Amino acid sequence: MSLTLEQVQRIAHLARIEVSEAEALTTQSHLNGIFQLIEQMQAVDTRGVEPMAHAQDLSQRLRQDAVTEPDGRAAFQAVAPEVEAGLYLVPKVIE
Amino acid sequence: MINASLKTLSLALASKKISSVELTQLFLDRIERLNPTLNAFVTVDAEKSLNFARAADARIAAGNAGLLTGIPIAQKDIFCAEGWLTTCGSKMLANFVSPYDATVIRKMHSEAGMVSLGKTNMDEFAMGSSNETSFFGPVRNPWDTERVPGGSSGGSAAAVAARLAPAATGTDTGGSIRQPAALCNLTGLKPTYGVVSRYGMIAFASSLDQGGPMAASAEDCALLLNTMVGFDERDSTSLERPAEDYTLNLEKPLNGLRIGLPKEFFGEGCDAGVMAAVRAAIAEYEKLGATTVEVSLPNSHLSVPAYYVIAPAEASSNLSRFDGVRYGFRAEDYGNLDDMYMKSRAQGFGAEVKRRIMIGAYVLSHGYYDAYYLQAQRIRRLIANDFVEAFKVCDVIMGPTSPSTAFKLGEKAADPVQMYLSDIYTIAVNLAGLPGMSVPCGFAGGLPVGLQLIGNYFAEAQLLNAAHRYQLATDWHQQRPGGLA
Repeated sequence: MSLTLEQVQRIAHLARIEVSEAEALTTQSHLNGIFQLIEQMQAVDTRGVEPMAHAQDLSQRLRQDAVTEPDGRAAFQAVAPEVEAGLYLVPKVIE
Repeated sequence: MINASLKTLSLALASKKISSVELTQLFLDRIERLNPTLNAFVTVDAEKSLNFARAADARIAAGNAGLLTGIPIAQKDIFCAEGWLTTCGSKMLANFVSPYDATVIRKMHSEAGMVSLGKTNMDEFAMGSSNETSFFGPVRNPWDTERVPGGSSGGSAAAVAARLAPAATGTDTGGSIRQPAALCNLTGLKPTYGVVSRYGMIAFASSLDQGGPMAASAEDCALLLNTMVGFDERDSTSLERPAEDYTLNLEKPLNGLRIGLPKEFFGEGCDAGVMAAVRAAIAEYEKLGATTVEVSLPNSHLSVPAYYVIAPAEASSNLSRFDGVRYGFRAEDYGNLDDMYMKSRAQGFGAEVKRRIMIGAYVLSHGYYDAYYLQAQRIRRLIANDFVEAFKVCDVIMGPTSPSTAFKLGEKAADPVQMYLSDIYTIAVNLAGLPGMSVPCGFAGGLPVGLQLIGNYFAEAQLLNAAHRYQLATDWHQQRPGGLA
């Protein structure tokens, strides 16, 4: 398998990472090297093997539906790039 | 005091031979003098550290100190610590002052009364095996400053090796505690997945990440592990288990210990000097009463390919939170919201992190999910099953930690695949979720070699016992780098 430059640009867009033409070319060569390594997997017959998503075979723990955390809003907003009146500011989304 | 074990430091503090403030100052002075050469710490805050030390001295004076109260420790900069810059080695978080403590940090500060000396350098978001992907520049190996300390916990490893700290925390997703421990002549332990809380430990690949101790000896690691483990309701993958004292069985004789030697770890691909040191260590174990048996991990060659699907897939999801909205870096100039995301992430992340996010986005995308992500998860099962089979005939698996000693700065930086292969012996352990250690076992060309010990699930105490008995019989772990007076 070999990724085309267009595919690299599409992946970069999916990942929301802006890439210049020059960066896309370098990325293409690096990703193709890495996928060459990954391709070794395709030779393995894994029919009937249960996919392993996690190291521990446990079901998700549930907790009481109760408030346990103190209000950390001010502390959390203090580290945000731009806030106003308790809201996170981003460029206008709806005209 | 600089080279003292944690037990010795603990006794010195308890008998008031030295105060925690004096001890802390001793290490802060060393950091000030040697860190410009090594770049092991990215953040030092002497006043904060000394405040912890004063509180520890008060606890000691009041008679309610624990074994580690007042002992300084370096924290990998992946652990959030309240009021401390927590950067994860990235420009993305270069200005992030954490509003809360990771569970590991909280336990060390509040419960154990330990003194954080600062935050250590690391590969960006723990993605790397040489510490060269850090936004804050590479860390240098105290054994040879032209060489890498390994990664991603490279700053922690260099700090302890140069005795800028008596011990450090690390995290291990594919070898990030064990490989730098091997390259810097330290003892490092990656616990069974789920034993140490991941709360406040910045996520890279959530099904693989695990925090653990890095120190001079197995005994030091056992003491540290005692404070790090425990159920945490804030980590949904934290395991509920009865508490265990990892120091209890350290002295147990090794008579009858069955060591499994995977034939795949003793074939081609490992430097001769590394292999010679590892074989000599196994011969030492036989002298200590252990027996060896050949085992096979037939799918271990697939661990690197499967890992470079699974870890990037999880990373692409975890790192989607860095979008320039709630914390971290935001680009200066941008147009609409999407453009703000794209530019903030393009400028905030380094090349290796971007590569892995893109691999992850691709293997999870429509049409490729089954061929890559599901196939990798099926191979992960085969790799885990190999260990189940091997542990039917042995108690501990041994082999090299890393196929080479510390390599030169820049040597592998241009070729990601070469870099990835430096974790060829460590990655399978994370995929299976098993505990693993690296223990100093000699030198090749003047550079440290690590012996890897792999245990069955929850066999940390057994690994520490095996490592400790070896360290009673050898003094490799007591060797210190010269030239750093």
